[in-house]
Amino acid sequence: MTAPLVQAEGVSKRYAGRDALASLDITLGAGEILALVGHNGAGKSTLIKLLLGLIRPDSGRIAVLGHDPSRPGAAEARRAIGFLPETIVFHPNMTGAELLAFYARLKGAPVAANRDLLARVGLAPAAGQRVGGYSKGMRQRLGLAQALIGRPRLLLLDEPTTGLDPELRQGFYAILDALAADGVGILLSSHALAELEHRADRVVVLRQGRKVADGTLADLRRMAGDPVRILVRLAATQPVPAYAGEAVSGVTVRAGRRLEIICPAAEKIERLRAVLDGPDPVADIELLHASLDDIYAGLLRRDAERTQ
Amino acid sequence: MTPIAIIAWREIREGLRNRRVLATASLLAGLALTLALLGSAPTGNIGASRLAVTVVSLSSLTIFLVPLIALVLTHDTIAGELDRGTMVLLLSYPLARWQVVIGKFAGHVVMLGLATAAAYGAAGLTLWLGSTDDAAAVAAFGTLIGTSVLLGAAFVATGTLVSALARDPRTAAGIALGVWLVSVLLYDMALLGLLVADQGHSLRAPLVQALLVANPTDAYRLLNLTGLPEVGQFAGLAGLAGHLAVAPSTLLGAIGLWVVAPLAASVAVFARRQV
Repeated sequence: MTAPLVQAEGVSKRYAGRDALASLDITLGAGEILALVGHNGAGKSTLIKLLLGLIRPDSGRIAVLGHDPSRPGAAEARRAIGFLPETIVFHPNMTGAELLAFYARLKGAPVAANRDLLARVGLAPAAGQRVGGYSKGMRQRLGLAQALIGRPRLLLLDEPTTGLDPELRQGFYAILDALAADGVGILLSSHALAELEHRADRVVVLRQGRKVADGTLADLRRMAGDPVRILVRLAATQPVPAYAGEAVSGVTVRAGRRLEIICPAAEKIERLRAVLDGPDPVADIELLHASLDDIYAGLLRRDAERTQ
Repeated sequence: MTPIAIIAWREIREGLRNRRVLATASLLAGLALTLALLGSAPTGNIGASRLAVTVVSLSSLTIFLVPLIALVLTHDTIAGELDRGTMVLLLSYPLARWQVVIGKFAGHVVMLGLATAAAYGAAGLTLWLGSTDDAAAVAAFGTLIGTSVLLGAAFVATGTLVSALARDPRTAAGIALGVWLVSVLLYDMALLGLLVADQGHSLRAPLVQALLVANPTDAYRLLNLTGLPEVGQFAGLAGLAGHLAVAPSTLLGAIGLWVVAPLAASVAVFARRQV
């Protein structure tokens, strides 16, 4: 088995007395798409900066393509890394082609190959235009083209799909899939789990610098107890439903007569019985699989309860 | 190309593209030509060289304008890129931080040098054509251009240091303005005040010399106004020249130190800077 592209063990980093990352372990293999999911400030960008060697960990070990990224010798290893920062403001007076040429020269990659990269992200017609006139989506695609310079073996993408419409997003993930099939390891961060359905091989959920979950989406579903969502509509026999949230735990009252229950699959019969035995007559019941957003919220909530 | 050359070239290209270089050159050329043509008119028949007189006027112009332009060009160079997020991307490439600093410095020096040389060169050429200036005056004019670029480099280095130190671009602009005020105006005023208050009691010539040489704009002034006899007699500082016998090499060295020291400090500061 080949060595992983990224291997981090027990990595911690503190900023201003707060844990940005606390004893994090993470690995990424060739051809794998790993998604880092968490709220703003969960430690996603900190981890990417550590992997790039822009900051040093307070403790723990990091190896990226076999090098410690904070050592001076790692500059060469960065030749095989493509990076797309979260917010990027390119010089507005330069054209897309000029900017890519600058970055290609820095990487020692042939400038002539940029034409293919621009075509790959659908920017070939706009290559000669100044970046100042680009839309947000075009700038983001130029950023991706920049990250693909020199055929990197490892891609680090910080919230790459922010601001992209669904169609562009689909195209974006299609490019990533093709790269992963070629053996490129991809680490991307996102603040929405739902977006990653069928797109990430593995998901790491971060909360306040700690790993809350690490696995495939199916694993995460299992970890959260394979939750189901029960939607209940109460009959309009009484002006105000007597039923209150206290009667069954985990019940959210939505818009007066509509109740929502999210619970592990194993508990659903018990919960349903409680609702049916409740003071209000039930008009309708709907049973759904919990969405990825529900699972994500559930994982974070469980972790918050555990750490309190 | 090395990373330094690539970054320097990008700075130059951006400078050309956003017309900073053009604006700088036009401003300097406009003022230099005005000074050269109007300022040298009264030389009349007393035998003064028009070029030599113009050196005096252009030196004063340089002292005010070149440091200002250098600081305006550079105060944003690191703080601004950190602010816009492009620095994080740049540092993810296979290059070292010191190469970023040196590349930016080199690019700005080339821009400012080209603008200064073109503007003053145009003024000098205009005067020289159809005059009978001797070689000494031409040499003084050459010294003027060379030392102006060197003074510009000193303030490019200082501006880069300001940019590496400042928290954000606006703070950098404020500090840069302060640096300009102190080095161009306040330092000399304080020195004059000190001399007047002291009335020559305890401030000995070597100390005054050291204080003058310590400020790059004063070192530049001494170099151009008293360094050459041809120019010195028109500068009003000629009287000083006898008392302040500072060798041109010392003055050049002093300005050179103002290039190297802030540049080295910029590299050191940026190496430790959190991105």
